[in-house]
Amino acid sequence: MTVAADLADERLVRSRGARGALDVVWNRLRGGDLGSLPVVVGLIVICTVFYSLDPRFLSSFSMVNILTYAAPVGIIALGIVLVLLLGEIDLSVGSVSGMAAAIMAVLVVKEGQPALVGLLAGILVGAVVGIAYAFLYTVLGIPSFVFSLGGLLGFQGVLLYVLGSDGTINLPDGSGLTEFARFSFVSGAAAYVGVAVVVALYVASRLWTIRQRRAAELSAPSLLGVGLKAVALAAGLGWLTWYLGVDRGWSYSFLLFAALVVVMDLALRRTRWGRHVFAVGGNEEAARRSGVKVTRIYVSVFVLTSTLAALGGLLAAGQQTSVSQATGTTDTNLTAIAAAVIGGTSLFGGRGSAYAAMLGIIVLQAIQSGLNIVGVDSSVRFMVTGGVLLLAVAIDSVARRARSASGRG
Amino acid sequence: MELSKPTRAATGSALSLRGVSKRFGAVQALSAIDLDVAKGEVVALVGDNGAGKSTLVKIISGVYQPDGGTITLDGREVVVGGPRQAQKLGIATVFQDLALCDNLDVVANLFLGRERTAGGLLLDEVHMEQEAWRLLRRLSAKIPSVRIPIAALSGGQRQTVAIARSLVGDPGIVILDEPTAALGVAQTAEVLALVRRLRETGLGVILVSHNMADVLAVADRIEVLRLGRNAARFDAADVTTEQLVAAITGAGERPAPGSTGSTDPSDSPAGAHP
Repeated sequence: MTVAADLADERLVRSRGARGALDVVWNRLRGGDLGSLPVVVGLIVICTVFYSLDPRFLSSFSMVNILTYAAPVGIIALGIVLVLLLGEIDLSVGSVSGMAAAIMAVLVVKEGQPALVGLLAGILVGAVVGIAYAFLYTVLGIPSFVFSLGGLLGFQGVLLYVLGSDGTINLPDGSGLTEFARFSFVSGAAAYVGVAVVVALYVASRLWTIRQRRAAELSAPSLLGVGLKAVALAAGLGWLTWYLGVDRGWSYSFLLFAALVVVMDLALRRTRWGRHVFAVGGNEEAARRSGVKVTRIYVSVFVLTSTLAALGGLLAAGQQTSVSQATGTTDTNLTAIAAAVIGGTSLFGGRGSAYAAMLGIIVLQAIQSGLNIVGVDSSVRFMVTGGVLLLAVAIDSVARRARSASGRG
Repeated sequence: MELSKPTRAATGSALSLRGVSKRFGAVQALSAIDLDVAKGEVVALVGDNGAGKSTLVKIISGVYQPDGGTITLDGREVVVGGPRQAQKLGIATVFQDLALCDNLDVVANLFLGRERTAGGLLLDEVHMEQEAWRLLRRLSAKIPSVRIPIAALSGGQRQTVAIARSLVGDPGIVILDEPTAALGVAQTAEVLALVRRLRETGLGVILVSHNMADVLAVADRIEVLRLGRNAARFDAADVTTEQLVAAITGAGERPAPGSTGSTDPSDSPAGAHP
């Protein structure tokens, strides 16, 4: 049997079978390429601690709530992952989400516009903010930290101005947005069919890859490995579907968030745009000289970040059924940024994944929910969140040092 | 101020510069530079700091526009309007700082800015990986895996990746700017072997270097710049390090008898400093 072209070098350490796969994982971890391991371990620790304090923490009801209420800030955190990949920051995502929600609420409730017009206006506001940021960054060369700090303050002002003297606008009972964000769930047969479709898509894409790589005489993943992963995926999702189904099931909010994460992951890893985002984050000058249109990458990322922030704000408004002066204040800003970092996105640019947003926000939401169940004051929640964030950044920094020692960059 | 015409006929030369000059404010960085590179030939460009090597390289690679003179490529006079156009014309440059993204793997770096897609949207990783192996094998390059990040490679391997990347667009001329500057002994030998292989595949190579040993080891001809002028021109086969150093520093000697090199008549300290 001929050796695949990419395994021909005699210095490559062959790794075959289950033992080999374990070796690969172990070497990667030792080299500081932690991926999502710390956050998964963290989540297990959190679950164990809260479950021992109060078993209700892992009840179906509680888990449905965690996933549902993680979605809005999770969508905002997804945008933060993008700016962090470029080595930039957007401090104003919370304010943008609040402003978008307020504009939507005023248009729909006070002006009597159709809900769709309100939603589109909210999202459009987000996009416009992104364009303005891109202009400030690429044309005027203002650091993102500074203009987004300005945005943080300024857009909170816009929120207050738009809300006017009332201070709070309640969305009408039974409005489409509230129904979608808060009261719509999938469970039972439909959910199992969904799981089957997801697993089938996964298997099909892996089989397609194997076929292509074999045809190109490159090494291909083993069928057994793909099979095992597919079984694990099916079992995991199937169990979750059953367990969540004991209560209300998968919420539409979370499914929307999950879909955005999957699409973003695909865009980052498998498209030219995503490749260029990582390149600009890794070495902007190299990317520019290679012909990457760096300005376009910045514009696209700032616009996506603000647009996702607006979308998250609209979803949050739907869940809270109202928009108030406190919507999307500092808490939201920092929770979204913390989620992206806790999920494993590097603050130093060029390293991270869309799934970081999901893992990070689930950790934070689990902490919040756990502390609520245990009956601890929100003062403690802030302190715990701060500690977890610090821990996540510390892990990132140590892993970075391990990476440069073992040559993984 | 006449410089004798290059000894090699300009015919058959892939790249040919005539009377190229460039001025930055009060500084005349380059005056009336001539340079020829034939296919399958390594021309070394040597000179002290400030001799104008980098400026000349940047003019050829389209980063700077010359104030005067002509650039001929395969017998056709061309204007190199920018780095992208240089690439299109088949002039590839490997700059000293390599310009690689440490966080991306070898394949991603090789095809950065020129990614292949399948169906117009998704990246065609399989095709790119195949092509990467083909390129690296053509250079007999020793890269253990193309799926490891650039950060995990040694200096010589990074240089190899940078040179391999310059070949992705199928160029006729490759410019290497100080390719061995930061490398150890074994890695330098590896890169020099790579330069020879580029020559064997019929490319014209311009090698900018400070290192006389490297230059004498791989170059066919040596072009000496001093204070922005052609100072001397040697066949690498019959020149000594001393002669090269003398030409670079402007110590005033003419090449030893038997050298086919020619020095600029005005090439004396008095002539160069009006």
